Amino acid sequence: MGNTSSMLTQYDIEEVQQHCKHAFTQQEIASLYQRFCHLDRNNCGFIPSDEFLSIPEFAVNPLSQSLLRMLDGFNFKEFIAFLSAFSPRSTLQHKIEFIFKVYDTDCNGKVSFDDMLTVLRDLTGQYMSEHQRKEVLAQVLEEAGYTKDSFLVLSDFMKILGNSDLKMEAEVPVD
Amino acid sequence: MNSSGVLKSSSSELDLDRPNIEDYLPSGAAIQQEPRGKLRLHDLLDISPTLSEAAGAIVDDSFTRCFKSNPPEPWNWNIYLFPLWCFGVFARYLIIFPTRVLVLTIGWIIFLSSFIPVHFLLKGHDKLRRSIERSLVEMICSFFVASWTGVVRYHGPRPSRRPKQVFVANHTSMIDFIVLEQMTAFAVIMQKHPGWVGLLQSTILESVGCIWFNRSEAKDREIVARKLREHVQGADNNPLLIFPEGTCVNNHYTVMFKKGAFELGCTVCPVAIKYNKIFVDAFWNSRKQSFTKHLLQLMTSWAVVCDVWYLEPQNLKPGETPIEFAERVRDIISTRAGLKMVPWDGYLKYSRPSPKHRERNIGS
Repeated sequence: MGNTSSMLTQYDIEEVQQHCKHAFTQQEIASLYQRFCHLDRNNCGFIPSDEFLSIPEFAVNPLSQSLLRMLDGFNFKEFIAFLSAFSPRSTLQHKIEFIFKVYDTDCNGKVSFDDMLTVLRDLTGQYMSEHQRKEVLAQVLEEAGYTKDSFLVLSDFMKILGNSDLKMEAEVPVD
Repeated sequence: MNSSGVLKSSSSELDLDRPNIEDYLPSGAAIQQEPRGKLRLHDLLDISPTLSEAAGAIVDDSFTRCFKSNPPEPWNWNIYLFPLWCFGVFARYLIIFPTRVLVLTIGWIIFLSSFIPVHFLLKGHDKLRRSIERSLVEMICSFFVASWTGVVRYHGPRPSRRPKQVFVANHTSMIDFIVLEQMTAFAVIMQKHPGWVGLLQSTILESVGCIWFNRSEAKDREIVARKLREHVQGADNNPLLIFPEGTCVNNHYTVMFKKGAFELGCTVCPVAIKYNKIFVDAFWNSRKQSFTKHLLQLMTSWAVVCDVWYLEPQNLKPGETPIEFAERVRDIISTRAGLKMVPWDGYLKYSRPSPKHRERNIGS
């Protein structure tokens, strides 16, 4: 396990595997544990969201702010559960749930027009004016049968994204 | 199809044939939002490529890999290897280390007893004084290298003293400078350090003509650029050695070169340094250990083995920008030393990327 201060036992790995519904192999969990310990600089058992910003590749990602909101104060189990959406073994439903959570800023189970606008703003930045964004979003919503005032719930997301080929994966290095 | 996500596989190296080097992210596009034809709600809501990139960065990122010191695998794990290892520890700490300290002390005595008189007595005869001081600095560096039993193989033609040339090298540890200095007395540009290293810097290195900088000072860059230019113009000055990475990297990767060395209008002579980790890892992880501890670690190991290649001098090609020139030279050095190139600025070790870099990534 290298130079980590606390080692994972076989029991721990299996428990974590259960927790993430076998999204990762045991080797991947061990590898992710090393990564977790590296990010948890002060050895307090959880990662402050600030630590993710010290990864340049993460910090320049347009959605880093939204993700930081979700990532605060993670212990190892939560870290694995978060990343399990990106495993090739996770279900399409799990991935769509994850995307829903990114949009649902106030965690009330409903995604409003403003929520979608926020994410769109993060992604487009200065390349679109606020007016253009609102227009595009309203138009696209109408075409799909919703209005500006409708709230999308998880089942709506499933319907919209469900029959597509969603590729959302991150490979865990296993040495 | 209006979104092209590129999955960042963490085990692959990053694509480097990008013309715009100022970009802080390699590949990967955010969703293009110009409505071309039919934009459907599905396309708008599908943020999976961007999320995949973020998750990839969380799981493993190329920047952290540059500064990881991989500890060697322990080999002393059975009944006959362990006593051998114990004997080795005994030999290294109790026999070899004191011998080395003795050698180093003798070297310092010889050096100081020659340097101080020469420095003060020959004040009037500058040329003679400088050439003697130069040889003395080369000598003390040889003593340093001997104190770690340095096995250094130099390849390529030795640097000649000519005006309008700078030397650039990849950077792994402070000892890079000593390894190169023992062959040729270079003037070097360094970060001013506290403690005894700083004392050495301000007294002895002053005589070979060193330039100081301070990473944390914002205005520093212009001052340093001016000093560099002045130094290179002077015919009498020692050849200038610059480490354009700006920070120590773990000798498996190279981070982006700062363009300061490449816009001086001189010939750039690349030098590649590769350490062999067989006995000790020469990478100085400045966050994990102080330089003193690092030096002690080197002095209590069997040997420091490295190769130094002096490569063919390069000039700015017509139509090439200094940044492209820097990347070209970095490619030459990395190929020679077997290092992988990574498109990150070494200074990100000390600071976070600013929000404007996130803006630049959008829509690219």
